[in-house]
Amino acid sequence: MEEINSLLQGFAVALTPYNLVLMLVGIVLGVIIGVLPGLGGANGVAILLPLTFSMSPTSAIIMLSCIYWGALFGGAITSILFNIPGEPWSVATTFDGHPMAQKGRADEALTAAFTSSFVGALVAVLLITFLAPLVARFALKFGPAEFFAVYFLTFASFIGMGKGSPFKVIASMCLGFALGAVGLDKVTGTLRMTFGHEELLNGFDFLIAVIGLFGIGEILSSMESGLKFSGSHATIRFDAVLRTWKTLLTYWATSIRSCIIGCWMGITPGGATPASFMSYGLAKKFSKNGHNFGKGEIEGVIAPETAAHAAGTSALLPMLTLGIPGSPTAAVLLGGLMIWGLQPGPLLFVEQKEFVWGLIASMYLGNVVGLIVVLTCVPLFSAILRVPFSIIAPVILVICAIGAFTVHNSMFDVWLMLGFGVMGYVFQKLDYPLPPLVLAIVLGDKAEEGFRQALLGSQGSLTIFWSNPLVASIMGLGAILLFWPLLSWIKERKAVPAMQAHGVVGGAGNSQDQIGRLAQLRQRNAELKQKLAAAMIEHDGLQATTIDQLEADNRTLEARLERYEMEIANSRKDRGN
Amino acid sequence: MSNNNDTQDEPALATNRTADILVAIFFLVASAVVIYDSNRLGYGWRDGEGPAPGYFPFFVAVVMMGASLVNLARALLGTEKDAGDSFVSKVGFGRVLQVLIPTIVYVGLIQFLGIYVASAIFIIGFMLVFGREGVLTTFAVGLGVPIALYFMFEKWFLVPLPKGPLEALLGLS
Repeated sequence: MEEINSLLQGFAVALTPYNLVLMLVGIVLGVIIGVLPGLGGANGVAILLPLTFSMSPTSAIIMLSCIYWGALFGGAITSILFNIPGEPWSVATTFDGHPMAQKGRADEALTAAFTSSFVGALVAVLLITFLAPLVARFALKFGPAEFFAVYFLTFASFIGMGKGSPFKVIASMCLGFALGAVGLDKVTGTLRMTFGHEELLNGFDFLIAVIGLFGIGEILSSMESGLKFSGSHATIRFDAVLRTWKTLLTYWATSIRSCIIGCWMGITPGGATPASFMSYGLAKKFSKNGHNFGKGEIEGVIAPETAAHAAGTSALLPMLTLGIPGSPTAAVLLGGLMIWGLQPGPLLFVEQKEFVWGLIASMYLGNVVGLIVVLTCVPLFSAILRVPFSIIAPVILVICAIGAFTVHNSMFDVWLMLGFGVMGYVFQKLDYPLPPLVLAIVLGDKAEEGFRQALLGSQGSLTIFWSNPLVASIMGLGAILLFWPLLSWIKERKAVPAMQAHGVVGGAGNSQDQIGRLAQLRQRNAELKQKLAAAMIEHDGLQATTIDQLEADNRTLEARLERYEMEIANSRKDRGN
Repeated sequence: MSNNNDTQDEPALATNRTADILVAIFFLVASAVVIYDSNRLGYGWRDGEGPAPGYFPFFVAVVMMGASLVNLARALLGTEKDAGDSFVSKVGFGRVLQVLIPTIVYVGLIQFLGIYVASAIFIIGFMLVFGREGVLTTFAVGLGVPIALYFMFEKWFLVPLPKGPLEALLGLS
């Protein structure tokens, strides 16, 4: 096994004391970044990137990727203890993690979250170890047309798998392409869209965009909601860890399912956030205790955490093998590669063996170190959240400003960061997705280059994009994803008349009077339910003669109410998203 | 998310519909700018060069314009989800400005005072106005953070940051 050999050499690279210290520093910084509002994996790594310019590429990527693992771990702490998702991918963890903490089972929830994250990451790293060299070898045969097809697939999957309005995804993505096109055109050397401003000569750097969109934008929205922290304390005792590990084994099916979802969503740029939601939803559907989800079910913590971590880790596979990052953070790491003078893409596996395998080995080690650090240091990290927001906010803003400045040593970039910050705040509130925007800024240049070179080779004939089975199948897959929202919309359209025939009104595209009728019926429905409830209470009260009976009745009613409330909350959630 | 619940009762400054319309118009303006410049660069075929430099941006902008027109139409018709909900309340917007305006002033100050002095002023000012910490804590954080950053960037990682008159006076720059 050639891979195992290379991996062992990688361990030799990663296991130097210097790299181990960097790993530890990275993990701790990462967890802090994950815990703090306004700093996340992507912008945290972006801000710290300039600090690594003087390191060797291998050490630099080990530290930065460990920051990323740390951030993935850290998101769970705030979700469970404070009901505040530190990262978007840990939103689904709050559903069951926080109720568990409220019931005094915070240590179990945290252990479950960390261990599942670890399992998810481990599976993804195994996948990278054995699949990445194959993909890279395969991709060596790619020409410009094939590369463009892969870019096309990447962006089409944002449209096909996005949650919100596809038109908003397209608009957001195109804005990214347009911003990426500003500056010197690499093929012809012409200046594009600079309108005589020298600052725009080099275009918009996506690192600035990441710091602004995610960092400043997040601080603005935290400020708007007047963030107050209040949460449970937790220390993890060793016996709780062992007890939880035993129970985790019984949920092996959920773990495997979540790993598959996570790896798939990470390699295609679906990303960690949708992966965590999807995994939570499926776990709820398949679980025996599905009705208990939302009230503190440990499976509801395992599913999203495993998937998020698997997705976050496997997002590095396309970055390493094709030079196409699967997430904004992977994009920042890719930016780092180019700054350190490495050319991302399939050749990396041939020319920079030591770097690639060092990184892969550090993924194994980093996650082990990460698991130990988070299991032992939870009280320390949760103390960070007790620091008042009036201290955290200005300090984070200062760090963002410094991070933006150091990218090119330019004040203009700091102003640009502020602009991107306002944009990020507004876009996020209106459901314009930010990851496609960021990835379009990063990849726009290369996608365009691939496109133009392919067309130059074919003398302008677009048929080059389906000239051989490989490029045709990638383009075909991309096209399916691109038109996916349209297909599901047509399906929905067809389903609505059928439902209406049965007296069920719903779905998109209701006419005004149907909406009115719906409102009337809803009101009547609510009235009837209220009357029914009153009648039931009176009836039960008259029937019951002893205190015991009444108490039992009340308990049933309470349970029923709780179930209804949860169902209502769930269907609201489904509809809202 | 649940953040919106506590702002629901506060009077809305703008609904999502208004914000959607404004953002769609922003996108349309951006498309127009790109199309204008692509037209100057040329978006046709050039012998020996392949597609002209304006080719890719031009089509990107056309697609962006199309998608934004749909977004604008959906916003105007009110079919966008949660169209009537509050985009931001007056109180919430006030809180956003409370952090945005000082940050703009801060970035402006960097040019004159250097990043370290400006950061100290920004952190101390922010904590004095919005925080409930004592004066001692405020100054400890406000002075400690820039000093720590100074050693981290200038000494350990050798990344020079903008410095101003104070550093010149102390002979540090």
